[in-house]
Amino acid sequence: MNLLLPGMYVAADSPLHRLDPRVKMGAALGLMVLPFGVHTLLGSLLLAALVAATALLARAPMRALLRTVLGVFWLALLMFFFYFFATPGQPLITWGGISVTAEGLAAGATQVYRICLLVIVASLLTYTTSPTQLAHGLEALFGPLERVHFPVREIALVLTISLRFVPTFFAEIETIFKAQRARGADFYSGGLWRRLRSLVPIFVPIFVSALRRAEELATAMDARGFRSASRRTRLYRLSLGWHDLAACLTILAASLLILGLERWT
Amino acid sequence: MLIQVENLRYIYAPRTPLARTALDDVSFELRPGERVGIVGQTGSGKSTLVQQIAGLLAPTTGRVLLDGAAAHERTSAARAQRRRIGLAFQHPEQQIFEQTVFKEVAFGPRNLGLAEGEVVERVQWALAMVGLDPAAFVERVPFALSGGEMRRVALAGILAMRPDVLILDEPTAGLDPRGRRELLARVGSWQADTRMTLILISHHLSEVAGLAERVVLLAHGRVAADGPTHQVLGDGQLLRSAGLSAPQAVTLLEALRAAGWQLRTDRLLPEQVAAEIGQAWRRRSES
Repeated sequence: MNLLLPGMYVAADSPLHRLDPRVKMGAALGLMVLPFGVHTLLGSLLLAALVAATALLARAPMRALLRTVLGVFWLALLMFFFYFFATPGQPLITWGGISVTAEGLAAGATQVYRICLLVIVASLLTYTTSPTQLAHGLEALFGPLERVHFPVREIALVLTISLRFVPTFFAEIETIFKAQRARGADFYSGGLWRRLRSLVPIFVPIFVSALRRAEELATAMDARGFRSASRRTRLYRLSLGWHDLAACLTILAASLLILGLERWT
Repeated sequence: MLIQVENLRYIYAPRTPLARTALDDVSFELRPGERVGIVGQTGSGKSTLVQQIAGLLAPTTGRVLLDGAAAHERTSAARAQRRRIGLAFQHPEQQIFEQTVFKEVAFGPRNLGLAEGEVVERVQWALAMVGLDPAAFVERVPFALSGGEMRRVALAGILAMRPDVLILDEPTAGLDPRGRRELLARVGSWQADTRMTLILISHHLSEVAGLAERVVLLAHGRVAADGPTHQVLGDGQLLRSAGLSAPQAVTLLEALRAAGWQLRTDRLLPEQVAAEIGQAWRRRSES
């Protein structure tokens, strides 16, 4: 892979990378819900500081993160544009019978802030957690659904396998794309129909190789005695350590502190 | 075609935690009709280098010139030069997509905008060049062919574009010994017939020894050596320092020299080795 896509996992070493995926997913969920309980400027600033500290701790690629957030920022601004006018209150600027109100500005800004925070937290999660770990975490968190015969394990397996092949696919698409370009294929000119048709030399080889890969993988799993029904143990078991506990407590304490300040000030 | 590579540097995913320098200050020049082997360890930058020459990647710094036009530029002059380059990736059979062998081989020539008569002629010619009987193969489904046949169909698809420069990236990977020998013999005769520039990537040094007159040795993205084949591939120490093992012929001659024989070690082909040992033997028995 030659690209760092927004939210792509980067195998680095940081305190956040080492955390248990269940803890990270729980904490991320908490940090995503928390902005909706925060209504004061102080609370918002504290929460932003908490997320920023987490990003620093994760040794996140700040440039890439900033680029992602900036993209979302404009989108969110566009989405919540009408908040500026549609909220009744103290008019700030009146223009052609429509006025921007102070309350509207605050409400709009809150929404934009929430969306941006949401995106940062989500990318921090995927940035520090490998797809496989994510799938394992999901499996563990949704484990109780097994009781009601929901195929949690199978879905987790399918998820793990598909995520495993995402980078392989990207690499393959890139190679085939280059190979066909070297044969004079033109993907950039002509109308919609012609452009779609020009993708046939990419998609046919990709499908052929995907099918071949699936067959090989199935054979390999079969040869190793894989059965879909049996109970499985796993090589790398998720286990909670003291730093997982510490992380849980820190996030919990910080959240309670922010919510408390929110209440009493 | 004159290919000039000047202070070429290429970094994958620059300014991210994944940044990796694939090529670093690479410079050399290829004259028309040269047969060049590019050798080096896995990850030494061989494939990146040939993709730069084919204009598929843009240099981070430095440049690649094809008869004076920058290889990767989106100008019509650069595009015209790029069309003179045929690049066969590793496992080229994986790029096959058409329903018949004819259509598959015709894809390149059609992209060149040739008339249908010319396309038919070129497909026939290219299939014959790779040793597949056109009459028997044109209507067959490429996916039903054997692996070796598919490889040859893919190579025919590139030859049919009549490139002035043919780049083969590990053309024999995954073939059996006989398939390897046949393919290499064919490549040699294509080059002899058309006088095209041939760039061969391989980590089978003996394959390079048989085809190339010049070898560029890459190590960690840099040119570790560039010279006549016997000079580069005959230097066991140099090859080992670049992470490769010397060809068997060189290893044998080195062992003989270590045992006190007086002979040169830069002989690569079996008959050259036999001659060298023969001479040394005569010198030994005379003295």
